Amino acid sequence: MNIHEYQAKQLLSKHGVPVPPGEVCKTPEEARAVAGKLFGLGYSQVIVKSQIHAGGRGKGVFKSGKRGGVKICKNLTEVYINAKNMLGNVLVTKQTGPEGKLVRKVLVEVALDVQQELYVGVVLDHSIGRPVMITCKEGGMDIEEVAVRNPQAIVHEVIDPAIGLMPFQARRIAINLGLNSELLTLTVKLLQGLYRTWWECEATLVEINPLHIFLQADGQLNLVAVDGKVVLDDNALFRHPELVELRDYEEESPLEVEASNYNLSYIKLNGNIACLVNGAGLAMATMDIIKYYGGEPANFLDVGGGASPEQVAAAFKIIASDPNVKAILVNIFGGIMQCDIIANGVIAAVNEHRFKIPIIVRLEGNKSDIARQILKDSGLNLITATTMADAAEKAVKAVSKPVPAEA
Amino acid sequence: MSILVDSSTKVIVQGITGHFGAQHTRLSIDYGTKIVAGVVPGKGGKLFDEKVPIFNTVAEAKQKTGATVSVIFVPPPYAADAILEAVFAELDLVVCVTEFIPVRDVIMVKRVMEGKKTKLLGPNCPGIVTPGPGKNSYGGCRIGISPGYIHKKGHIGVASRSGTLTYEAVWQLTLRGVGQSTCVGIGGDPVQGLSHLDIIKMFNEDPDTHGIIIIGEIGGTSEEQAAEWIKHNCKKPIAAFVAGSTAPPGRRMGHAGAIISGGKGTAAAKIKAFKEAGVAIAPTPADIADTLLKIM
Repeated sequence: MNIHEYQAKQLLSKHGVPVPPGEVCKTPEEARAVAGKLFGLGYSQVIVKSQIHAGGRGKGVFKSGKRGGVKICKNLTEVYINAKNMLGNVLVTKQTGPEGKLVRKVLVEVALDVQQELYVGVVLDHSIGRPVMITCKEGGMDIEEVAVRNPQAIVHEVIDPAIGLMPFQARRIAINLGLNSELLTLTVKLLQGLYRTWWECEATLVEINPLHIFLQADGQLNLVAVDGKVVLDDNALFRHPELVELRDYEEESPLEVEASNYNLSYIKLNGNIACLVNGAGLAMATMDIIKYYGGEPANFLDVGGGASPEQVAAAFKIIASDPNVKAILVNIFGGIMQCDIIANGVIAAVNEHRFKIPIIVRLEGNKSDIARQILKDSGLNLITATTMADAAEKAVKAVSKPVPAEA
Repeated sequence: MSILVDSSTKVIVQGITGHFGAQHTRLSIDYGTKIVAGVVPGKGGKLFDEKVPIFNTVAEAKQKTGATVSVIFVPPPYAADAILEAVFAELDLVVCVTEFIPVRDVIMVKRVMEGKKTKLLGPNCPGIVTPGPGKNSYGGCRIGISPGYIHKKGHIGVASRSGTLTYEAVWQLTLRGVGQSTCVGIGGDPVQGLSHLDIIKMFNEDPDTHGIIIIGEIGGTSEEQAAEWIKHNCKKPIAAFVAGSTAPPGRRMGHAGAIISGGKGTAAAKIKAFKEAGVAIAPTPADIADTLLKIM
């Protein structure tokens, strides 16, 4: 589950990671009031940041034409104007896709004078089944680009989950980052807080990018998390009712939310051949073979390995709501579930939604011969297929010519 | 011969009385699997289907029946506990079918299992099948949720992260009259017990396995690790298919572990690693069996 930057910072702060003073706002007036409080504390500049579930906001462009989803402001008028330009407008960044995302909230925070920018994060290393702290002297950059351009700059510290991030490891990381004098103790505390956030919240990713070193008014150096990202493990949310409340449904695709309500795994894509498949691996493979034969999949859709008639019916409902779909490919391997039951489920769903587009059905496995006969005898505009290749070829052919008149 | 399990393997089912556990226990018994015990805390002393004894603990079930393998059907919040109960009872193999286990639980399970004799298959896996000599491969050992009848006794080893895509590949082999030594689903989670590499090493050692099919998917580096070892050590013919060439980055494709993140875990990288290791790549999921048979 993804959460907003302001929520990620609240979690980090709770676990001992310093974040800039600030508040999230829903109107330009609120933003101005928050900025007024911060200026009143003696800070000379604030930053207004669009809150959407996507990165690349600073370089993003609003559909209104205004540039920049993140702005530094030196007075209340600038805060008001910038918040007004962001709120209620659609921001397009390299991560949002061309459709962009509507900005509903902005975060108004103190902007501190930067001495140095760093990257620190914790991820799960699938290959060893352990958390790894990743750090880099080049902060504020896209860490994936740094990994390609200058892999030596990135330092990995594997963490033993039985003991967590030990102080000696945190000191080693700090020294590697060049923070070996007055900042050493603060860095150790921050890195341990970062790891605790990952562990306690059951996150799959926690990232501070950039981590800023700044000069305090008293001349001391200090650290602050200027941007924060937390991705939570969906499977662990049952243990964290307080984290479930951070879910922002408005940031998610409505179709994907509806699919998840039916326990379907659905991801919308840009093509026109919808797929309805049982099992995640087979569903990916079905998308791949559509592409291999020159078509474009409209979605990933896994109805679950068992392919129950209820799941199949719900899947057709989701597909019926996507206007881009020009053909549907049903690919079900009926292992335990019998194909004749699935065939009857398909027929019921097709009748219910009155699809006018070609539907290619490939049922393989238990009683597939009977299932194919049931589909043929249904009188519906269904194209039956035997192998996956046969099904994909027929689906691609079906969308590459005008839709035949309905039987 | 086969790997990990055969028709003489005695199996405990943890969570035998749940709907899913009960259904698949019956299918396994029909297939010929020696299901010798169930474990349900609080139901010890009862019988499942009037024939399989139920025990309160895995340790007791092992002691009374001589079982060496357990399969887990308990719900996600209790699955880590169930795995570790089997580990501390010193079983040889634990097959965890349960999906949606919090990843932190699996991280801790793996950590605690270090140095222990028990091997873990899964979680979130379809299980393992060593086909038998009977009609529809009955008389073998089926642990988990795979359909038994799609198999045929023979000499091809199958290792996969997927469920139904594995059935697809196995069925392609069986339809061509080619049987399997053992078919293993390692599961679709980000943190797994046995990896592709562990399974390939076992197939390489098994004299009854003459060729290997690997089915991979996006996410992680299980396929790359296997490829690196194959390049220098494996002499048997291998064909592979990697699902997810068309998957968008940053999105979890059904399986918790199937995600391209930070530019890592792409199908292209895995296919490249396999090609460099001399593994034949199936261009589409419809060609998995034929790709192997061509090089046998």
